[in-house]
Amino acid sequence: MSLHRVWILVLRYVFIYRRSWVRMLEILFWPTMELLVWGYVTRFIQRAGQGELPHLITFLIGAMIFWDILYRSQQGITLSFLEDVWTRNLLNIFCGPVRLAEYILGAFLFGLLRVSVTLVFLIVLAWVLYQFDLFALGFYLVPFVANLLVLGLALGMMTTAIIIRYGQGAEALAWGVPFLIQPFAAVFYPVSVLPKPMQVIAYAIPCTHVFEGMREVIRSGAMSWSHLGWAVGLNVIYLAVAMWLLVRMFNVALDHGLIAKLGTE
Amino acid sequence: MSSDVILRVDELTKVFGDLVAVDRLSFSLSRGEIVGLLGANGAGKTTALHMILGVLRPTSGRIEIFGRDLHRHRIEVLSRMNFSSVDVNLPANLRVWQNLWIFAKLYGVQDTWSRMDRLLELLEIGHLRNAITGHLSSGEQTRLNLCKALLNDPELLLLDEPTSSLDPDIADKVRKLLRRIQRERGLSILYTSHNMRDIEEVCDRILFIHRGRLIAEGPPQRVIQQFRHRNLEELFIHIARHGEVVVRGDEV
Ligand SMILES: Nc1ncnc2c1ncn2[C@@H]1O[C@H](COP(=O)(O)OP(=O)(O)OP(=O)(O)O)[C@@H](O)[C@H]1O
Ligand SMILES: [Mg+2]
Repeated sequence: MSLHRVWILVLRYVFIYRRSWVRMLEILFWPTMELLVWGYVTRFIQRAGQGELPHLITFLIGAMIFWDILYRSQQGITLSFLEDVWTRNLLNIFCGPVRLAEYILGAFLFGLLRVSVTLVFLIVLAWVLYQFDLFALGFYLVPFVANLLVLGLALGMMTTAIIIRYGQGAEALAWGVPFLIQPFAAVFYPVSVLPKPMQVIAYAIPCTHVFEGMREVIRSGAMSWSHLGWAVGLNVIYLAVAMWLLVRMFNVALDHGLIAKLGTE
Repeated sequence: MSSDVILRVDELTKVFGDLVAVDRLSFSLSRGEIVGLLGANGAGKTTALHMILGVLRPTSGRIEIFGRDLHRHRIEVLSRMNFSSVDVNLPANLRVWQNLWIFAKLYGVQDTWSRMDRLLELLEIGHLRNAITGHLSSGEQTRLNLCKALLNDPELLLLDEPTSSLDPDIADKVRKLLRRIQRERGLSILYTSHNMRDIEEVCDRILFIHRGRLIAEGPPQRVIQQFRHRNLEELFIHIARHGEVVVRGDEV
């Protein structure tokens, strides 16, 4: 693993983004729209309850911000990969001295950069518009965000693996995969409202524990460490599966000549 | 020309489903040698090149580059070679210098800027240094790809139809440039082209493949005489149409 090459790969994405208004805007535009929707939904619900609804309802804003972190860290990897597919540059990269792990790490680090920009922007905006203070989560913010990023990495690797294997026909997955888990992940409502069978699935997803934990902290100021433990444990498993899948699909791609074919279909 | 072997391919085979795209191909390439890989569309040239680049795994056979097994020493071997093809692009929204800079850094090139500038001048696209890559004409992009391929001062260069979109003037200059680098730096090149003029002018030796199998090998003039043709073009057409007969050895 060469950190120098990883760094160059990150810079490459920075170059690509700097040259594109659309991409730059995308980092801020969609999250802002989402925040507006969820922020005003929150306002509306609070007003309808005439002050009887607890302050807790503001977790919707926190949930939306957290969801965006997950979504964008997954996209960071998948879109960076697709960027090379679209520009038919993949062969140039992999016939050079670049390891798959370096490539993925570069995409992830660039994804982190993107997420950070979005996150800072959303935090400020949520505070200005709705007086929602994400830092109220205090210390817990760090493990929460870290777990979301790691799950994003795992999902990003899985999506990339599937696109490598099944080609650009599977491209829609880049945007769709996070939404496959969203209903189960109890982003905007507690797991307890789900029917029992769905709860089983819900608890098998790392980020469910992050969202449950977040609501607990907002409600009581404290958090059950078991949620955090579950999130970390499950993430380790997800990450291991994702790595296995990616390496496997990359090997299939080497066997079937897919690296040269991607982007030309 | 010294005779040390840079590339050794041994019984290389690639099977896609029922199709044997490359069939027990064996050959070697010496330092400072330019070898042309010839064959009809679908003969297996690109497939062979991709295996030598490590982006396609052989069904069987061995590839040794710089005396090392490609599979086991991939990164080390790849950093000393390079590749250019009409089928591969550089990100279109980046500037020419940005694309070159990135690859220079990935290959660990030391004097990045002077090397980039020199290559751009050599290929006569120095004035396009700050242009957006996607705005380049296809011939200019081909030359940019060649710049990229020469960045790391490779010892082995694989070129897949490098002159196919160049005008006769530039194509001639590119051939002379490759010849010059080969003389001065001992560069070895494995070259595919459908331009017989290219091949006759540039290649020390040709490998003729038909349906994945090597059916003739040697200096262009010798192969032409061996099959009693007047020039490479005639020979090519003959082999493309009657390859099976040639394979069986019933002819000539
Ligand atoms: N990834 C792949 N999967 C299945 N078949 C493939 C794949 N790549 C190449 N082939 C087949 O292998 C054969 C050799 O293809 P290849 O691209 O090597 O030909 P070529 O000699 O480079 O031809 P051309 O002169 O047209 O570039 C063709 O019949 C092609 O259809
Ligand atoms: Mg080809």
